[in-house]
Amino acid sequence: MEEPRIGVYVCHCGTNIAGTVDVEEVAKYAETLPNVIVSRHYPYTCSDPGQELIKKDIKELGVNRVVVASCSPRLHERTFQTVLREAGLNPYLFQMANIREHCSWLHEASPELTEKAKRMVRAAVNRVSQHVPLEIRGLPIFPATLIVGGGISGMQAALEIANSNHMVYIIEREPSIGGHMAQFDKTFPTLDCAACILTPKMTEVARHPFIRVLTYSEVVGISGFVGNFRVKIRRKPRYVDEGKCIGCLICQEKCPWTALSEFNAGTSERKAIYTPFAQAVPNIPVIDTEHCVYFLKGKCRACEKFCDAKAIRFEQSELIFELDVGNIIIATGFDTFDAFSIPQYGYGRYPNVFTSLEFERLCSPTGPTEGHIMLADGRPPDSVAIIHCVGSRDKNYHEYCSRVCCMHALKYSHLIKEKTNAEVYQMYIDMRCFGKGYEEFYDRIQNEGVNFIRGKVAKVTDEPITEEEKNKLIVLVEDTLLGTMLRVPVDMVILCVALEPRKDANEVARLFHLGRSADGFFLERHPKLDPAATMSEGILIAGCCQGPKDIPDSVAHASAAAARALAMIARGKIEVPAVTASIDEDQCSGCKICNLLCPFDAISFDDEAKISRINEVLCQGCGVCAAACPSGAITHNYFTADEITAEIEGVLA
Amino acid sequence: MSFEPKIVGFLCNWCSYAGADLAGVSRLKCVPNVHIIRLMCSGGLSPFLILKALEAGADGVLICGCSPGDCHYREGNYKAIRRMALLKRILGQFGIEQERVQLHWVCASCGDEFVDVVNKMTAEIKELGPLRAGAISN
Repeated sequence: MEEPRIGVYVCHCGTNIAGTVDVEEVAKYAETLPNVIVSRHYPYTCSDPGQELIKKDIKELGVNRVVVASCSPRLHERTFQTVLREAGLNPYLFQMANIREHCSWLHEASPELTEKAKRMVRAAVNRVSQHVPLEIRGLPIFPATLIVGGGISGMQAALEIANSNHMVYIIEREPSIGGHMAQFDKTFPTLDCAACILTPKMTEVARHPFIRVLTYSEVVGISGFVGNFRVKIRRKPRYVDEGKCIGCLICQEKCPWTALSEFNAGTSERKAIYTPFAQAVPNIPVIDTEHCVYFLKGKCRACEKFCDAKAIRFEQSELIFELDVGNIIIATGFDTFDAFSIPQYGYGRYPNVFTSLEFERLCSPTGPTEGHIMLADGRPPDSVAIIHCVGSRDKNYHEYCSRVCCMHALKYSHLIKEKTNAEVYQMYIDMRCFGKGYEEFYDRIQNEGVNFIRGKVAKVTDEPITEEEKNKLIVLVEDTLLGTMLRVPVDMVILCVALEPRKDANEVARLFHLGRSADGFFLERHPKLDPAATMSEGILIAGCCQGPKDIPDSVAHASAAAARALAMIARGKIEVPAVTASIDEDQCSGCKICNLLCPFDAISFDDEAKISRINEVLCQGCGVCAAACPSGAITHNYFTADEITAEIEGVLA
Repeated sequence: MSFEPKIVGFLCNWCSYAGADLAGVSRLKCVPNVHIIRLMCSGGLSPFLILKALEAGADGVLICGCSPGDCHYREGNYKAIRRMALLKRILGQFGIEQERVQLHWVCASCGDEFVDVVNKMTAEIKELGPLRAGAISN
């Protein structure tokens, strides 16, 4: 192999690195290292001129190995490998020293940081001298896409992809698609009704020739890798034959047993055999076995008796099947904050304290009161307090802003004013009306005669101290603009509860190998420049599972995720990194230890030659076999013992 | 001058390296004593390389992998645990304290845990003092 001629590029990353690390000194030091023929520092190495600098040195100075000391290889390794390839070098003749995330950002500023950066560069130079060219493999991909979650984000992404005539599967664990948006009454700031804009989309999704909707189903397993995932789906039994059911819902009418309606946020009851709401897609009921008396006690079968289509199947069992997909979009949405966690607001104790989701249902013409805003005893309220930031912007619960509450609180004011004569009080910390048309909406509501009180509510109580407060809920709040404590007697209190990660976000994150940010939402690849991708290639995120979003933002995010998936589908293949293991046949003793260790069954035993062989297409490059081989016959490419040893000696020298 | 231990940190690419990245991105601060080397999987770390690091002058070796059940390669971290048990017996025979080689789980969203692990281990090794020169090679 030709003599290494190494080029070292130390990045300032603006002041992110150069602020605490003397990059000039690091670059000067690198010049003294063996095989280094050129060493430079540059403000933004990942920028176009920065990349050109490297290409120029490769072409003009004959640099044949490159070290970039900048950020994490998880961020820009691929960028620089592409630079090498474009300049005619094998992309694996490259090494990054992560002097930003693991040095300048991770330690208190001190002269030691420059020394540490030097050691990291020395390790990378040592290592890259050992690198050998590796071959990148092209693999075909499955063109289908799996979308987990059938809310507005999932549906939007599905339509974007399916409209290019590529297959999409939507997995939804509830009996119907639609998600939280289906529960909303009107949408801010335009006040168009959620159902009017959502239900046509649901129908479009269900009828689309390239979309298959799998409701009442969950992902239980996933294997493979980007472009080649195999996903295991569990389809829960509906106890209704989907092929025979005609959606007449006579079963729902005749069923004598009830449970609280999840769709109506517990404000009304539903039957034990039910569709969650009238516009459900598919319009096929499910039997809730926890409340169906036939499943509990073995008697009833009323639904079966009345079903003309003979669609009831008590003997149905769950179905497990597999799908091959190339991309996966996670759009699992959010849960709302549990208002019981803040007992001083009286949720659960006072019947006229509602959460925002419950109030949406009260406002909705398809809700328990057919859209009439009324108190628990059926009277219309004379006064309503809307409490902002319940669980949001609160160090005791969630530090983040839930982003939608200010706007839906304003919307509620409007709806209350429209439907009743009630006085409305908004108790807010700050009004955040940032979107298109939002500030104008805020202005409009102010002109409708709504009272705005700036302050965080301390308590909601039913203990009166004046005649006027009798039979009222009294909201105790400090008006921070006036500097006085107020007692506001009202009939109804609405708690604008926070949006929070799904209760099972941790299990979902584990299943799909997703990271989670400190707030618990799924972690995007880059907070600004790559918000829909994740650190797992081929797995994308859309909507509120990444963080609280309103509908326009969810839709935009979902479209971005779809565009990502479509880019890969259009390419038709992926390039698989050459990080795999290979066996030196002369050294293999045929002990078969590696055969059993490989988690992907990529190693098989050749009975004739009495040696093990690695299937490079199946190999995922974990290196477990190489670490275990007693004969040292297996090489973990790009992570060979020589390369790692060189790196160790570099950092310790 | 007080003793500043040199520790080599082998971090798996999928969880722990990402966790350390997150610590940096979140501007959490830890002591600079751990020198990170990226691996694909904690299960892909040969005990040979751990010994190599100690021989080359490290006072300790930190190995971080995905939490049990989270391994990108399904079960590489379990293989790391089993190797660790055997390696610790060998280390004992060399007269090397067990605390010098530590295995911890650091997930991709565990920036704070990474910082804790690094600070705690560095303090422990500081307490132990430098690794006796030639502990491995002689």
